[in-house]
This record gives sequence, structure tokens and C-alpha cells, in this order.
Amino acid sequence: MFSNCADPSQLEGLSWLLCYLTSGKHMMFYTSFFVVIALMLIVAPVALLFGFGGALAARAHFAPLRWFGKGYTSMVRGVPDIIFFLFVPVAMDQALEYLRYKMVCPPSDAPVWSNNEFNVCAAAKLPLSSSPQIYHEVYGFFLAVIAFAIVFGAFAANVLYGAMNAVPRAQLETAEAYGMSTAQVRRRILIPQMWTYALPGLSNLWLILIKATPLLFLLGVPDIVYWARELGATKSQIYDYPHPDWRLWYFLALLVFYLGMTRISEIILGRLTARLAQGQATMAGEAMRKAQT
Amino acid sequence: MKKLILTGAVLAMTAGVAMAQDVVRMGTEGAYPPYNFINDKGEVDGFERELGDKLCEMASLNCTWVTNDWDSIIPNLLSGNYDTILAGMSITEERKQTIDFTQNYFPPAASAYVAQNEDVDLQGVIAAQVGTIQADYIAQSGATLLEFATLDDTIAAVKNGEADAVFADKDALTPFISDGSGLVIAGEDVPLGDGIGIGLRKSDTALKDKFNAGITTLKENGELNALITKWFGADAKTF
Repeated sequence: MFSNCADPSQLEGLSWLLCYLTSGKHMMFYTSFFVVIALMLIVAPVALLFGFGGALAARAHFAPLRWFGKGYTSMVRGVPDIIFFLFVPVAMDQALEYLRYKMVCPPSDAPVWSNNEFNVCAAAKLPLSSSPQIYHEVYGFFLAVIAFAIVFGAFAANVLYGAMNAVPRAQLETAEAYGMSTAQVRRRILIPQMWTYALPGLSNLWLILIKATPLLFLLGVPDIVYWARELGATKSQIYDYPHPDWRLWYFLALLVFYLGMTRISEIILGRLTARLAQGQATMAGEAMRKAQT
Repeated sequence: MKKLILTGAVLAMTAGVAMAQDVVRMGTEGAYPPYNFINDKGEVDGFERELGDKLCEMASLNCTWVTNDWDSIIPNLLSGNYDTILAGMSITEERKQTIDFTQNYFPPAASAYVAQNEDVDLQGVIAAQVGTIQADYIAQSGATLLEFATLDDTIAAVKNGEADAVFADKDALTPFISDGSGLVIAGEDVPLGDGIGIGLRKSDTALKDKFNAGITTLKENGELNALITKWFGADAKTF
């Protein structure tokens, strides 16, 4: 990065450290922080959407839809995350490539699945072998978002399902007495009121999501934990910047990052909780009403 | 960001179907110096990078390098995420059942024990990288095998006393004993495997032929020996 970093073996002390911390590899390390934050910010709303769908399906009157909702939540919650992360992206990747194989490959007798191998013609590869590495990483990231959303969506569905059941029945009955239809009750009374019950569970999920991001590396996207381990490992003379095992320092930096993320999340979630409690028929809402009068 | 990713994904799906098809994605681990490692610029570097680039140039292939965890390096080759494995992978009968190898580009090399002192008990707790021929050897030798995901972790285990010694490729261990860390070679060297070859899918015979031809040429004109000496020092075994 700096011109005086050209020959690191001549450097000492602070300038060595400065050059070391701005090496190309470290820049990738810093970028991976943004990748992780982006992943969380994208997964959260998508997972919430999945969860919302799951919760509404589990409450549906139409039996098959209800079975689907319940099946989704119990299946995902019952299978270890790591198996899901190994299975969903691979299955999705192969399914997408198989679809493209049907569309673009010239007809051939060679089976797609044989001897553990998965073979489609080069034109059906996703992304194409010829596309730059960034596409492969974006594609891996995209698969990761889907896998995370499916897993966390199932947990969110259960939280939202519980929250919908927690809304006092009297509230819904009153709405019905005013002549509102089921859909209107759901939209005007049930959903606005359930958030206050859902928030503690959802905030737990958000914090678990923050800590689950190292699973990204399973999908080939280098994340902060991967880089910390790689950069901190003992570097022999073959590298420009040889150093002993520094993993402790790198992991300490990650500790600060994760604690910082947790603290920021707590502050935001605390404000959100207070806001949602306003006017609710709960103890927190009652306390707020009393404080105002 | 989301928009960017969506655009990226769409681009990736539509981009140049008719573009050059002979792009070969070279898979490696990137954590096994001097065979392969990620240098300070963040690129794949090492003996296998230089050799692979040379082979690609000779066969006029367009090669790109990707890194993958050692644990899943064979499954991801089989599912087509990349086309070759150049990761210090020894040719063994067990691996040959799932993937194919080219002829070896590195002679059967000695494996060695490295410990904190020379007279350590080699039947004690021995660290090795998971899924390596060295790990198999230790499991059969009667010593207690302690497996780790990367070579670095095995070295760390010896340094902090968790394991009595580490057993790995001698050439990969050498950098760790020369840097004044107090580690030494213990016991005798053990020759293992049939040398290191390029791993390929069994269906990829065309690519295998190209690389085999390239390796034969490099062996005959001595360039391969020069490369080995460059990366592994004058004492390294050559062809």
C-alpha cells in the first residue's frame, strides 16, 4: 500500500507493523468484516419473511398449509444447523445446475450423477468456470443467504407463532364484535400487537445469527474467523512478514468485534422494545401509561 | 448491497455462455507452505502455483486458482466446484477409488516426526492433519492419533504440549524448525505414498492427458527438478 513497504525485510518496529497491517491479505481480512455485516443485514429481513410465512401457515385453517408450516418449523429445528449448511447449498446448487443442464446442454448419454460425481456440460455450470472469482463468491454468498434464511426462518416462525397466540383473546374478540373480518383482525389487531411478544425471541435469534456467520466458510466465502486463523498462524521465512503464532491477538480483535456488535444490537433492541410496548396491554405498556399521566 | 448482489447473481448466470470453455479452475488448500500458501498479497503462491501455471501455459489453458478447506477438497472436486486438486495430495490406493491422479509431479517424499526434543516417545500422542496419509500411518502405528484441521494447528499442539510430536511431510515441516522455535526432527524419516499428483475427476480424461504430457516434458527437460530445488532447497529429493 505504501511505497516504503516494497521490501519488508528492511523494516523494523512501527513501520514494519504499519506495512504488515496494510498488506493485501489484511485488506481482505478487513473486507470480510463488511461481508459478515452485509450477510447479517440481508439474512435478518429474509429470515423474518420466511418466519412470517411459516407462522401464518402454521395458524392457517386450511389443513395442508398448516401441516406445511408445522412441518417446516419442526424439521429445521430438529436437524443440526451444520448439516443444513452442508446440505441446502449443495442441493440447491446441483438443482439449479441440473435445470440449466436441461435447458442448455446438448443431448448426451452421460449420466449427470455417477460415481459420486456430478457432471454437467461447461455451459450449465453455475457460475461458469470462466466467470471471474468474484461471481463465484457472490454466488456462494447468495446460497449462504438462502441457507441461513431457511434455518433462522424456522426459528423465527416458531417465535412469531407463539407471539401471535400470546395476543390477548379479548383484543381479537373486541375487533370481531366491531364487525371486522378474519383478515382485518389479523392485519389491524393481531400483527401490530404481537411484536411486543415476539421481540425477546427475535432478539435472541439475531444475536445467535451474529455468532453463526463463521459457517460462511463452509460455503467457500472466506469470513473473519477464517482470515483471523490464516493471518495469525505461524509464518515462516517464506512469507514477506514472518512472525510466530499470533492467533491470540487476532481472536482478541474478533472478540472485541463480536462484543461490539452485541452491545450495539442490545441498545437498538432496547429502544425498539420500549417503542413497541407503548399502548400495549402488557405490564411494560401499563408502566409507560402510568408514567405519562 | 442487496441490489448489487442480485445484479451480480444475474450477471453470473447470464455472463458469456459462449466464452472460452477451457477455463480450468485449480483447487488448492492454501495452507501448506511451501507447496501452496496464500502470500501477503492474498494470492495463492508456492511450488504448486508455479508448477500449475507452467502446466497451464504449456497446454494453453486458462487457469484460475481457488482455495478450499482440506476436509472437503475431494467432495467439492466431485461436485464440480473446481477441476483439479494441486494441494500436496499424495497418490494413494484409497483416494484412487474416488478420484483420478496424473503421474506424480513430486517424488515419494519422506514424512518426519517433529517434537520439542529428540528423544520423545513416538508411541505417545502424535498430531497429524486429518485425512492425510500421515494420519492413516499413525492410526496403524499404535500411537495415539490426535487429528487437526490444518498443519498449523498440529504444530501449535506440539508447541503447547498437547501432543508429543507432529507427523507430516518433511518438506512442509522444515520451515517450522528453521525459524528458531526450538522444534527438532525426532526419530527416523518414514517414506509414505507414491508421490504427489494432480487430482482430477475420473471423467476428466482429456484434462488428465494434457497434464500428464506437460509433467512428462518438465521431467525430461529438468525444469521440474529446478522448481523443486527452488522451493524445497538443494537437499530435496528430485526425479
